[in-house]
Amino acid sequence: MSRADRLPGAERLKGLQGQPLAWHIALGIVAAAVLYLVTSSVSLYDNTIISEIAWYAIAIAGLSVLTGVSGQISLGHGAFMAVGAYGAGLMMEHFRLPLIVPILVGIAVATVLGAVVGLPATRLRGPYLAGVTLALALAAQDLPTKFSSLFNGDTGIIVNQATPPGGVNPERWLAWISLFGAIVTMIVLANFMKSRYGRALKAVRDDDIAAQASGLNPNRMRVLAFALAAGTAGLSGGLFALWSGIVNPNSFSLFLSIQLLAGMVIGGAGSLVGAWWGALALVYVPQWTNSVTSHFSSVSAITANVQGAIFGLLIIVVMMAAPTGIQGWLSGGYRRLRRGRSRTELEPVLPLDLDLSSTSTAPERTRP
Amino acid sequence: MTLFIDLTLNGLTYGLIYAAVALGLVLIWRATRVINFAQGALATLTTYVAATLLDRSLNYWVAFAVALAAGLIFGALTERVFMRPLYGKPELNPVVVTIGLLILVESVAGAIWGSTDRGLTPAFSQLGLTVGHTYLDFSSFDIFILVSVLVLMGLMLVLFRWTSLGLKMRASAFAPEVARLLGVRVGRLLTVGWALATFAGALAGVLVAPLLLLSPNMMDPVLVYGFAAAVLGGLDSPVGALVGGVLTGLGISYIGGYLGSSMETVGAAVLLVVVLSIRPEGLFAAAKARRV
Repeated sequence: MSRADRLPGAERLKGLQGQPLAWHIALGIVAAAVLYLVTSSVSLYDNTIISEIAWYAIAIAGLSVLTGVSGQISLGHGAFMAVGAYGAGLMMEHFRLPLIVPILVGIAVATVLGAVVGLPATRLRGPYLAGVTLALALAAQDLPTKFSSLFNGDTGIIVNQATPPGGVNPERWLAWISLFGAIVTMIVLANFMKSRYGRALKAVRDDDIAAQASGLNPNRMRVLAFALAAGTAGLSGGLFALWSGIVNPNSFSLFLSIQLLAGMVIGGAGSLVGAWWGALALVYVPQWTNSVTSHFSSVSAITANVQGAIFGLLIIVVMMAAPTGIQGWLSGGYRRLRRGRSRTELEPVLPLDLDLSSTSTAPERTRP
Repeated sequence: MTLFIDLTLNGLTYGLIYAAVALGLVLIWRATRVINFAQGALATLTTYVAATLLDRSLNYWVAFAVALAAGLIFGALTERVFMRPLYGKPELNPVVVTIGLLILVESVAGAIWGSTDRGLTPAFSQLGLTVGHTYLDFSSFDIFILVSVLVLMGLMLVLFRWTSLGLKMRASAFAPEVARLLGVRVGRLLTVGWALATFAGALAGVLVAPLLLLSPNMMDPVLVYGFAAAVLGGLDSPVGALVGGVLTGLGISYIGGYLGSSMETVGAAVLLVVVLSIRPEGLFAAAKARRV
């Protein structure tokens, strides 16, 4: 079929692609090796940026699975990040534990909240679910002020930097922690999408009554997807707490939730690679616009708003020019290139069933 | 007791503003199955237009009329420029475009008029009225709010029930293919629908600006509560928008008054979850069968 088939060892590689877990772990190890080299060679400032990209990508990936695979919309994903950040932050403040424990606690609390929110979500569709999650995003901002003694109100809680083992810079150490979290998340999510749960979710998304007739429990699947996405956001929140050093209500405004949604759609809903495109856009577009506008204008009203304007414009342009997001556009182009077909025949529709191995030609295997 | 009366009147005032926002969302949802998150931002823009005219010491009613007309124009433009190319594309895309538009419009407003809060002269006095010997936290301007939203609702009712334009709009929302076959210019009516919806939002903006302060993101919470109201009402029904708006306004007012203002958003979220757990499609949605 392709030239790769004739290369020695290609057979074994193809065999690996049939084993999703092994294949995803192999990809993860390669990514870890590459990222180790990257983090070691770039500046400490860039390492901070890498951490930021990592926690954005984690949250967006969870949201992407929720929307792309399960067909549910969450406009309040920042709220789950807040829960993870506060959970991890409070643990770090009150107990001296190895770093992994508070992070896991943050994930656990967010997962539980996700399951609780997911329960009414089983009955709600599209805009109704969007309404509930939107209200949740607003409420999450006010709760820390209400229970001020625990959450320290608007000031928030201070999170100490993770102490690195000797000889490693804190910034680099944080980048490693964040990237490790991101890679584990990607492996788990990629595997989840390939697993029978992922398939079941797609069935429920496409037609829940037919899925039910086939013996699936749509409600349970929806709650599962919501809890998974919330737990992912919880991890992202915990890493955010380490990254920013402070957790307060302002960090988790409605704008964060909207940013995550925008990042997901810009990257391509349902695609884990797309989550990284989205994270890159969320981090670099504001930086870039700031540096450009500081050259051209000194009126503060304008410079303060150019970033938002360009960000909004970017969302609109991507949605109109590449409706399946950057990843959808890229893989569409790749497929066009391979098959040499006309563009109109291959226009994919959202939600895309893309994942890490979407560009492989291996046939999907069902589990024995 | 006075507190209860004040909270009720206050809840009604805000409730009708939420109802106007909800009406705009419902009109667009019915016609195009899009939640227009840019509704609030567009309303902020029209309110700034009114504020600019008032700064030039124009008559209040001229500024009021120009703001509403601007709402019509912005709505029509939004539909033509941003929504038209996206029909038939994945259904999340137009919604995300309205989110992009929300960010864009608010930033543009901030760049033109600055991000600091400013007041907006109200049409009537905002001093509380005294009925008998009781001072009420309810002003002539609040009465103006109630009357103008109810007039808007009445006009919409007349338009949809008794005019041929309304009939065509209902037809193109209900069965676009059939309507098109019968000679209705569906595309043009979608533009009219968006214009009317943004008109309703513009009214809400001009009415709410003296209560809150005018800033680029003034309408964000109003939009969220208006959305909650529309969802409560069932998204499909203008009557539902009115009832949902009043319920949301009263609910938030009581929660804020009795439990403290930081519980308002939490209370609204709980209220929404409880009502939707009982009626997942809102209070006024028509029962419908789903095709397997």
